[in-house]
Amino acid sequence: MSPANLNESSDSDVGSLNFEETKLTLGLPGVECRGTAAESGGKSGVKRGFSNTIDLNLRSSSSGGDKRCGGENDVLGSAKPPAAKTQMVGWPPVRASRKNVMRSCKYVKVAVDGAPYLRKVDLEMYNSYQQLLGALEDMFSCFTIRNYLNERRIMDQVNGVEYVATYEDKDGDWMLVGDVPWKMFVEICKRLRLMKSSEAIGLEFILQEHLPRTQVQVEEEDICEGVTVAVQRLLVSFNLVPLV
Amino acid sequence: MNYCPDEVMEHVFDFITSHKDRNAVSLVCKSWYQIERSSRQKVFIGNCYAISPERVIERFPELKSLTLKGKPHFADFNLVPHDWGGFVYPWIEALANHRVGLEELRLKRMVVSDESLELLSKSFVNFKSLVLVSCEGFTTDGLAAIAANCRYLRELDLQENEVEDHKGHWISCFPESCTSLVSLNFACLKGEINLTALERLVARSPNLKSLRLNRAVPLEALQRILMRAPQLVDLGTGSFLHDPASEAYSKLKATLLKCNSIRTLSGFLEVSPRCLPAIYTVCQNLTSLNLSYAPGIHGNDMIKLIQHCRKLERLWILDCIGDKGLGVVASTCKELQELRVFPSDPYGVGNAAVTEEGLVAISAGCPKLHSLLYFCQQMTNAALITVAKNCSNFTRFRLCILDPTKPDPVTLQPLDEGFGAIVQSCKRLRRLSLSGLLTDQVFLYIGMYAEQLEMLSIAFAGDSDKGMLYVLNGCKNLRKLEIRDSPFGNKALSDDVGKYETMRSLWMSSCEVTLEGCKALAKNMPRLNVEIINEDDEVAPSSDDRQIVGKMYLYRTLVGPRKDAPWYVEIL
Repeated sequence: MSPANLNESSDSDVGSLNFEETKLTLGLPGVECRGTAAESGGKSGVKRGFSNTIDLNLRSSSSGGDKRCGGENDVLGSAKPPAAKTQMVGWPPVRASRKNVMRSCKYVKVAVDGAPYLRKVDLEMYNSYQQLLGALEDMFSCFTIRNYLNERRIMDQVNGVEYVATYEDKDGDWMLVGDVPWKMFVEICKRLRLMKSSEAIGLEFILQEHLPRTQVQVEEEDICEGVTVAVQRLLVSFNLVPLV
Repeated sequence: MNYCPDEVMEHVFDFITSHKDRNAVSLVCKSWYQIERSSRQKVFIGNCYAISPERVIERFPELKSLTLKGKPHFADFNLVPHDWGGFVYPWIEALANHRVGLEELRLKRMVVSDESLELLSKSFVNFKSLVLVSCEGFTTDGLAAIAANCRYLRELDLQENEVEDHKGHWISCFPESCTSLVSLNFACLKGEINLTALERLVARSPNLKSLRLNRAVPLEALQRILMRAPQLVDLGTGSFLHDPASEAYSKLKATLLKCNSIRTLSGFLEVSPRCLPAIYTVCQNLTSLNLSYAPGIHGNDMIKLIQHCRKLERLWILDCIGDKGLGVVASTCKELQELRVFPSDPYGVGNAAVTEEGLVAISAGCPKLHSLLYFCQQMTNAALITVAKNCSNFTRFRLCILDPTKPDPVTLQPLDEGFGAIVQSCKRLRRLSLSGLLTDQVFLYIGMYAEQLEMLSIAFAGDSDKGMLYVLNGCKNLRKLEIRDSPFGNKALSDDVGKYETMRSLWMSSCEVTLEGCKALAKNMPRLNVEIINEDDEVAPSSDDRQIVGKMYLYRTLVGPRKDAPWYVEIL
């Protein structure tokens, strides 16, 4: 049983819904790069820019991405493990039916700059960025969190600290939350960090660069789904208060 | 023995229920054989290709309950091609043709067509119980036939089947006159269910004791069902998703207060953890809890729940519980006898997962533990030795380290000594699954000590033929041996071919057995079927006898080569 064979069979087994979805909805430069890069576990050199991805993101969420409890394919696809990691057929010895269930369990750690503790969230519990951030609000309820609809990021009025939601993807790169469709995000996110925007300079740059484009799309989307827009534009604020 | 009338013996035999004992009784003398055969109602057949249905019916004309198993165990993990075989239709057809008064049919890993279910439902007037475990090939239309035609149905139990779902229509096919249900489990169905029909069915089933719902049954419906069936002993919830501030939730909470018969709880296929306090009242009576299909419960929610379950004897759970959570289990569940910890992340990104620490805690806290399935990130020899000391009651010990060849992370040694300690101190061990880095040494221990071992699963282990030979020569009670990706070849296979007639089956995949070796074995042992499974059509079958065989499955049989094998299965 050569590793190559195993790899192939796991691919065909799980299907590649997310990548297909990406291809369909994107239609922008860099698509092919992204698709192949993701499958070969490629590095960040071929990652899409923020503008491309936010476009994608909006469309996919408006085309039914928010449905609670997606079909079987969704479950399969969303948890497709990184293809770069070779899998053996039949190992670990878990029934297929059980795998489907367990695939809907994906924990990542959440760190907030300045908070002295970490929490874990199960990304599979949520169906959109909105739900996730809602849960983070609950989780860090000792912070004051505000979602501003029409600002690019949030200012903590008291301390003047801004936060940006970022995540580490499977390649180990830190990206802005919202840069890929939700389902793909669930798959590739290794951990979350609500970063002080002063420390997220590199990421901020991407955000700034594509601002006009983002706004255009936001307006389109505003008509039907204003709240999501806020989320997709990463508007989370944490007003730090001293912990007991 | 002095003369004793057959009628008396028959009456005595009525009290002998286990298959093993009945088999033994039938071997005593011709007279006992006759009495036993004409009075046996329950028959167990561990391999549907080992015997023909006609022969079973001829020997046991009073047959009422039949248990049949089909595909090899490794089929659960995709190692057996989908259409390998294991069809139940010929069995049902034969039973129907011979007018057997079948009342109960239990199938495992078999292909069950809608046609079979239809025939079943129409052929046996007093049919009462259908249990399908890990079966496939049927749809809800087949279930509809069972529901509509089996007037005295008591049990419909669908466990981990692959069922094609044609909407929730089947549940409405139970006639109004059907009031006999005792057990209904459809948790594995994926599709919608007609909730009104379900609730009405429950309402007219006063004897219903076991009910396991699927994901499509929401919390509100669960509440209405429990109102109508407070007598339930075994409950599997579907979706447990609701706003804890809602009226539906508080209603459910109140209803559960009255459900004080519940002893077995499972489900929570979808769950909002903040709804869990509703079941705390039920927890104190529970002897069995299965949260292994509930990925939504983790961390503190899970621990809080378990702290209410002081009488648990059986716990199935996901490894999100963590070592810390297992520590809580150890200090709470003093009656625990069976523990299964499944991986929440089988592909090992390494988030959750438990280690040796949790197992040691359990073994120290739960002295009655005798059955274990434990998927973990790592294991040490020291831990296994401690576990063996703490719990010598194990009859089933299945340890799966997610990285299959991982050594003891502390000493970097193979886990031979640890598993050796287990087989040495657990004298009643019947089932063992190995994983981690293992040499031939572990098989030496197994052959030496595991006298009662009946089933052994080996993966990625051993160094040479010697390993397998230790097992074959040592384990006198071995019935099933399954091996994958281990360096055992023809010598190991053919050293003691007589052994295979005492066993049910041997599976070897990705080992070093060649076609030549298999052919020689098949030639010497006509009562064995040696199947070569070769899906890879690039390699022409039997082109070269020295070629290593991908998958080999051999089993003893009284009927010779089966006729229903697909093209890629060669029976030698």
